[in-house]
Amino acid sequence: MVDEVVLLDLWASMFGMRVRIALAEKGVKYEYMEDDWRNKSDLLLKMNPLHKKVPVLIHNGKPVCESLIIVQYIDEVWKDKSPLLPSDPYQRAQARFWADFVDNKVYGVSRRVWATKGEEQEAAKQEFFEIFKILEGELGDKPYFGGETFGFVDIALVTFYSWFYVYETFGKFSIEAECPTIIAWAKRCMQKESVAKTLPDQKKVLESLLSS
Amino acid sequence: MMAEEVKLFRSWSSPFPLRVIWALELKGIPYEVILEDLSNKSSLLLHYNPIHKKVPVLVHNGKSIAESLVILEYVEETWKQTPSLLPEDPYERAMERFWAKFGDDKVLPSLWNVFIKQGKDQEEAMVPAQENLTYLEELLRGKNFFSGERIGFLDLAFGWLANMVSVFEEVMGATVLDNQKLPSLSAWMKNFMDAPIIKESWPPRDKLITKHQALRQAHIEKEAPK
Repeated sequence: MVDEVVLLDLWASMFGMRVRIALAEKGVKYEYMEDDWRNKSDLLLKMNPLHKKVPVLIHNGKPVCESLIIVQYIDEVWKDKSPLLPSDPYQRAQARFWADFVDNKVYGVSRRVWATKGEEQEAAKQEFFEIFKILEGELGDKPYFGGETFGFVDIALVTFYSWFYVYETFGKFSIEAECPTIIAWAKRCMQKESVAKTLPDQKKVLESLLSS
Repeated sequence: MMAEEVKLFRSWSSPFPLRVIWALELKGIPYEVILEDLSNKSSLLLHYNPIHKKVPVLVHNGKSIAESLVILEYVEETWKQTPSLLPEDPYERAMERFWAKFGDDKVLPSLWNVFIKQGKDQEEAMVPAQENLTYLEELLRGKNFFSGERIGFLDLAFGWLANMVSVFEEVMGATVLDNQKLPSLSAWMKNFMDAPIIKESWPPRDKLITKHQALRQAHIEKEAPK
């Protein structure tokens, strides 16, 4: 039976990008459907009634929601190619822990960097660098978070790279100045076709935010 | 095979380490408990969980894993004996992970939000909390357990409900979970509460009540107009 794979998404969503990278890594053919965040489609409301958010992966008519859960699902279904999680249970646990950390910490603080002003923004900027320094520590001198190969944690985090110009513009700071290792890592990930073809241009993301 | 050394850092009352205890007990894995006083964390805990500094932490042959749901998946993958905690089918697994995340991200905070409030604020907080519980009721329809015929990952993830809802209700003197409206969820709570292994694990109720009375009082005082 031919697999029918549909992705409901928004082009600038760093969460949707994670799924697109995973699908590209696995070479899965899928239909991309751009939703409208100002006017959510009936399909989205039907497929994700609880959260009403993208991304939603619809595989043979059945929806899977929450980007990291989708990425694990993709890894388990299309398991014969490009493993996204390590095979060792301890390494898998570390990957899940750090992907969780990215989810719980990076999105919230990043949003506050560009969406707030004054004291709140200053506090957010400080927290932003604390969190990225922790991530730098975890990366160490490995090429990727997973070690020698690009994997789950890299996918979880690298999509935020497409929003770095937004954070730098609103926050009036340079991420490379504070966290050069993270920038070097992001550029390394961008050498991968799945990442380069998925991440939108940073300036395009800023323009879209400014015009929305 | 080398001797397995399994240690679990827990506090006496936190429901999150209980998830891991249930998993280890269900699979018959011997482990040592290290009891933490969270107001005075040991240097060992801080060494094993420097990022979050929380319980539970599982230390297996010297290597540490933190975050209860991550630990559950680790236990499942490391000790493959029955009972298996997660389904084989990737779609079913994704569903259990999705609902477990909903439980931690939405259900628990919404119930806590009811618990720490009073009066009109509490009334307002009841709405999302009860909506969330209704989703769980629908999820359980026609099943004995969230994971199906027997206790699994999702039951362990929601296990705190079986115990804590009644503690919250007793302390705040209000009902958030209407047994009439949520019969499947009420039945599940009772079945889970009384299940073998689970029922021996609950922290002493009188201590939980006292602790939560103090917590609620502290929150209400903080919010009181000065």
